[in-house]
Amino acid sequence: MADHTGRAPFAAPQRFRVLIVVLLVALLVTATAGISLGSVGIPPDVVWLSVGGHLGLPIAPVDPVSDQIVWMVRVPRVLLGILAGAGLAISGVVIQAIVRNPLGDPYLIGIVPGASLGAVIVIVLGASTVGGLALPAAAFVGAMVTFAVVFGIARQGGRLPPTRLVLAGVAVGYLVSAFTFFFQVIATPNQVQRVLFWSLGSVAGAEWGDLPLLALVVLLGVAGLALNGRRLNALSVSTDLAASLGVDVGRTQLALMLMVALVTGCIVAIAGGIGFVGLLIPHLARLLVGADHRRVLWVAVLLGAAFLPIADIAARLLRAPAELPIGIITAAVGAPFFLSLLVTTTGARRTAGVIRGQGAP
Amino acid sequence: MKVQATDVSIDIDGVRIVTDATLRAEPGSVVALIGPNGSGKSTLLRSVYRALRPVAGRVLLDDDDVWGLGARTAAHRTAVVLQDDSPDFEYSVREVVELGRVPHRGMFDRESDRDRDAVAVALGTVGVTHLAERPIGTLSGGERQRVALARALAQQTPVLVLDEPTNHLDVLAQVELLELMRTLPATVVLALHDLNLAAAYCDQVVVMREGRVAAHGPPATVLQPTLIEDVYGVHAAVGTNPLTGRPVLLLGTPVRRRGRVPRQDPITPTTRRHTR
Repeated sequence: MADHTGRAPFAAPQRFRVLIVVLLVALLVTATAGISLGSVGIPPDVVWLSVGGHLGLPIAPVDPVSDQIVWMVRVPRVLLGILAGAGLAISGVVIQAIVRNPLGDPYLIGIVPGASLGAVIVIVLGASTVGGLALPAAAFVGAMVTFAVVFGIARQGGRLPPTRLVLAGVAVGYLVSAFTFFFQVIATPNQVQRVLFWSLGSVAGAEWGDLPLLALVVLLGVAGLALNGRRLNALSVSTDLAASLGVDVGRTQLALMLMVALVTGCIVAIAGGIGFVGLLIPHLARLLVGADHRRVLWVAVLLGAAFLPIADIAARLLRAPAELPIGIITAAVGAPFFLSLLVTTTGARRTAGVIRGQGAP
Repeated sequence: MKVQATDVSIDIDGVRIVTDATLRAEPGSVVALIGPNGSGKSTLLRSVYRALRPVAGRVLLDDDDVWGLGARTAAHRTAVVLQDDSPDFEYSVREVVELGRVPHRGMFDRESDRDRDAVAVALGTVGVTHLAERPIGTLSGGERQRVALARALAQQTPVLVLDEPTNHLDVLAQVELLELMRTLPATVVLALHDLNLAAAYCDQVVVMREGRVAAHGPPATVLQPTLIEDVYGVHAAVGTNPLTGRPVLLLGTPVRRRGRVPRQDPITPTTRRHTR
């Protein structure tokens, strides 16, 4: 009998499948709750009748007001939450593997500061200063330009050395933030308020029109990761090892980082700077199923997709009828949860390692 | 498979680390790279396993330049055990060994019976089958080193490159590892710090000093006291090991030389980890 000491609780294939089913059910429940709860409550059965009707099922129509709230307001909002949560989670998975550091986060590579600058310029100086770009477009451009600068500086000899990537990302982030803060200083109080709300993120303004492109990008990201699970495993151990295993390190890193930039850039452009999801969810996934990216990916996608709609429910209920930015909730709920996991789960396993004569890394 | 490096020079960040190094390993032989810390052993090895491109010279596997082969084709020929290549993330032992199958599977391939067999055989060969489901972080240094070797064996290549594989191993494990290297059909090129292990288990030794090959040949002819004193700066003598009857190198005090401060304890492999 093989020794399973210290193994993540859902690493074994059968338990992993059970976990996936549980998470799918949780996602369904969360989505229903996310559509049902709000300033106007709508019973879950009405939610499903309305959604079913719009999907073309032969169902008697529900009352038009509820139907309008469900289909035009809440469904896009929940879908945006699901897509943003899933996208930020897989971005975190990729970055943590590439920088070989569990502290990796989409914030680290300049995407969010860059998007903030784009958004702030539009809010404070007006769209005309950036050629008439709308706020999401300006945020997206800001994110991509900043990422390109970070990537260009960090790349060395065709590869991305982890420390260099993190340092370049953080330094460029500070530089870009300096401009952002400058524009906030010269802004009116009203504009500052808008900037603050944007920086903390929200899925409240979701519209159907935003969703197809985002869905496509996130799906491409998930597919890209699903095909690269083993390579991510190799890269997360060492680039030299990955190279010796036949992985084209430079090209794989480039492709994966572009994917992260695109996914995160689109999410930030539409929903603002939602923090902590990209850091929290990959950890949670690894604590549940171990480090193998072939499993981490699916768990991270489902956890992220379920977590953000839950945070959004809190964002709209806690100060109803006013809305809180979702970033406050993700950090306020996520951080203590994350810390408790860190103390209980990892602590126990690290200790087991120390007892066997192996110091902490 | 024959491994051959001819007049290889390697720069790192514009600094010449290896100069005109030549190395030759016949099919199935075990060749040791020895030399003080910073003499270029690891760097030369990196060019053999295609992690560092030489600025001059060629590295051949049989008759093919490794830099002319695709990354994946090269990975079908050479497997590597690096210093400190244990992951920071909590992979299980089996997952680490499965990395050895990466070059054998395309993006859309699923794990095959051949992959599973290769992993099982590799785990068994180095004796870590009972640890297969354990997180790598809970293993001892010696166990991790064996797992790294199992990963390389799972790659099923005709060439094995090992960078100071005996580093974290106790005496028995060191001897077991080198005995295993001798029984494998693969051509083995490895960097070693322990001169007597090199002498006892290797067909050829290549002695490096300051990026150049100072001497090469069978250990009995190469590992002479004068060379050791010259390369390592330590007085040496050859005696006979009463247990095996083989020649054994005995090491004494540092040689005092003008213009060069002798390095401290140059041959205590368990305390030194990083070399170039």
